[in-house]
Amino acid sequence: MTVASTYRRAGPVQRFWGVIKDICSRPSGTIGLALVFAHIALALIGPFIVPYEYTAMNAAQMLSQPSAAHWLGADHLGRDTLTRTLLGGREAILVTGIATPLAVLWGGLVGVFFGLVGGRVDDVLMRIVDAFLSLPWILKMLVLIVTFGTGIEVLIPTLAFFYGIPVIRIARAATHDVVARDFVQAARARGHGRFTIIWQELLPNVRDALLVEGAMRWSWMLLAFSSLSFLGFGVSPPTPDWGLMIADARGFMSFSPWGVIAPMIGLSSLIIGINLSADALAKALGIDRAQKAPV
Amino acid sequence: MLSMLMRRSALGLITVWLVSIIIFIGVEILPGDACTAFLEREAQGLLLENCRRDLGLDRPAWMRYGEWAANALSGNLGVSPDGQRQISELVGYRLRNTLLLASGAILCGIPLALFLGIVAALWRDRPFDIIVSTTAIAAMTIPEFVSATLLILIFSVWLGWVPGIVLTSSNAPLAEFFPEVLLPIAVLTLVMTAHILRTVRSSVIETLASDYAQMAILKGVPYWQMVIRHVLPNALLPTINVVALTIAWLLGGVVVIETVFNYPGLGRMMIDSISDRDLPVTQAIALIIASVYVGVNLLADLLTMVANPRLRTAHLRGK
Repeated sequence: MTVASTYRRAGPVQRFWGVIKDICSRPSGTIGLALVFAHIALALIGPFIVPYEYTAMNAAQMLSQPSAAHWLGADHLGRDTLTRTLLGGREAILVTGIATPLAVLWGGLVGVFFGLVGGRVDDVLMRIVDAFLSLPWILKMLVLIVTFGTGIEVLIPTLAFFYGIPVIRIARAATHDVVARDFVQAARARGHGRFTIIWQELLPNVRDALLVEGAMRWSWMLLAFSSLSFLGFGVSPPTPDWGLMIADARGFMSFSPWGVIAPMIGLSSLIIGINLSADALAKALGIDRAQKAPV
Repeated sequence: MLSMLMRRSALGLITVWLVSIIIFIGVEILPGDACTAFLEREAQGLLLENCRRDLGLDRPAWMRYGEWAANALSGNLGVSPDGQRQISELVGYRLRNTLLLASGAILCGIPLALFLGIVAALWRDRPFDIIVSTTAIAAMTIPEFVSATLLILIFSVWLGWVPGIVLTSSNAPLAEFFPEVLLPIAVLTLVMTAHILRTVRSSVIETLASDYAQMAILKGVPYWQMVIRHVLPNALLPTINVVALTIAWLLGGVVVIETVFNYPGLGRMMIDSISDRDLPVTQAIALIIASVYVGVNLLADLLTMVANPRLRTAHLRGK
């Protein structure tokens, strides 16, 4: 808490660098941030550095072992595994990178608003949130995806919608902690309207909780996205995607293990990187996230 | 106390009721209905209309919801359009198989998580703790299908110890699921243990730093006695809720794991039913999973309330 309260006095830019510095002061935080930035950089420059076209098939190389020409071998269609692994995260990062801020934004605003308003409406809303949370994520997503298709334009709003629901809860709880404090009472006494109070008093105070929540949501969204791809409800071939690659290569893993190992390393390193960063961010901001359970 | 129990149970029931509405609406928006699924989707005109009339699908949605909910309450989940069989019978075996998976994971996972979590907390920041905590983060964040594929690669492809795929049919006796069921259980246990042990660890650490634990140390209570009598009872209370959430997660998380291992459980049936537009089955499974989720959470809340004197008397102190 002490760390968090020192930042609070500083300006936004100073505060940002303070938090980054704090994250990097822990080895796990440094590793996490490095992994995340490496993956983002790879997603941006990937197409320019890969050795082959991701659709280039070479029948002679089908399911081949690692060699000088194909460092990680080739898949069942003779496509270079290294190329496809390096490009395999682009779609996932693009979709979840857009969906996560959207989810945090709408969930956060709704949560803060109803946390402030309270009363009967708030009770009803929380019951609906509970009801949504008690359904397995995969069922909720599949219903929308089966109905509207598996394109990016469906996946982004679907992920943003469902992953915003648990954020409502977090934002509401964080708001409840703040609403009773003196400065909110003072703002009310000054005659400020609801939206001014939300904008000036509440949002700055729940921002930290939402940031940490967003970082965690990102990793869970990636998990959902790649699981959907794996099950055949996500990215459609021939787009390279880790989940899809693992699903395709699974049948051949006894003679071509690199086909599954390479995408597994790609996906795991990104997800672990995000989680390590989220943990370090939570510590830097003075928020404990160990109590969180999966939703 | 009693009124709190009643209140909490009533909230649980309301949640299940809302879930049933959400499920119904969700299934309504899926394209096609039981008749188009039954008649292979090409059906048009009179045949389709007759079928819809026979099954009562031409009535307004709220009437069909009422009928479905009333039947579900009495345990009748409807008839599957394909085989004209009772859904409760179809789902029954699948539920049993999923419960086999879940109970295996719970029996292995909870004791393991408690043990590892407590030891890691007592040996905080020592190598054991660092190894356990790091493994836990990896296990809980990596998607289940990745850890499942990894375990199959290691234990069934390379070492050849256990089969990596389940070929048993869904209504076979439970004994026939061994040893194929061991790998899926291992994956579930891995993820579950990771989640619970993190909570146990942080809760024990927090309690160790509390005033009463420090007091016991200053008073000269032997270390182990202090841990067992003062720390553990207080530290383990918050884990009840996490265990409940994890068990509830388990029922959804098995979906992917069952698909990876081709395991004939409820989760795989759910995916199949959505792809096949087998809507009554989808509704039934969704309702079962959601009810279990609400039920387990309710049970955990009640247990916590019973076990924690402060919560039990909270209403007396005007909270």
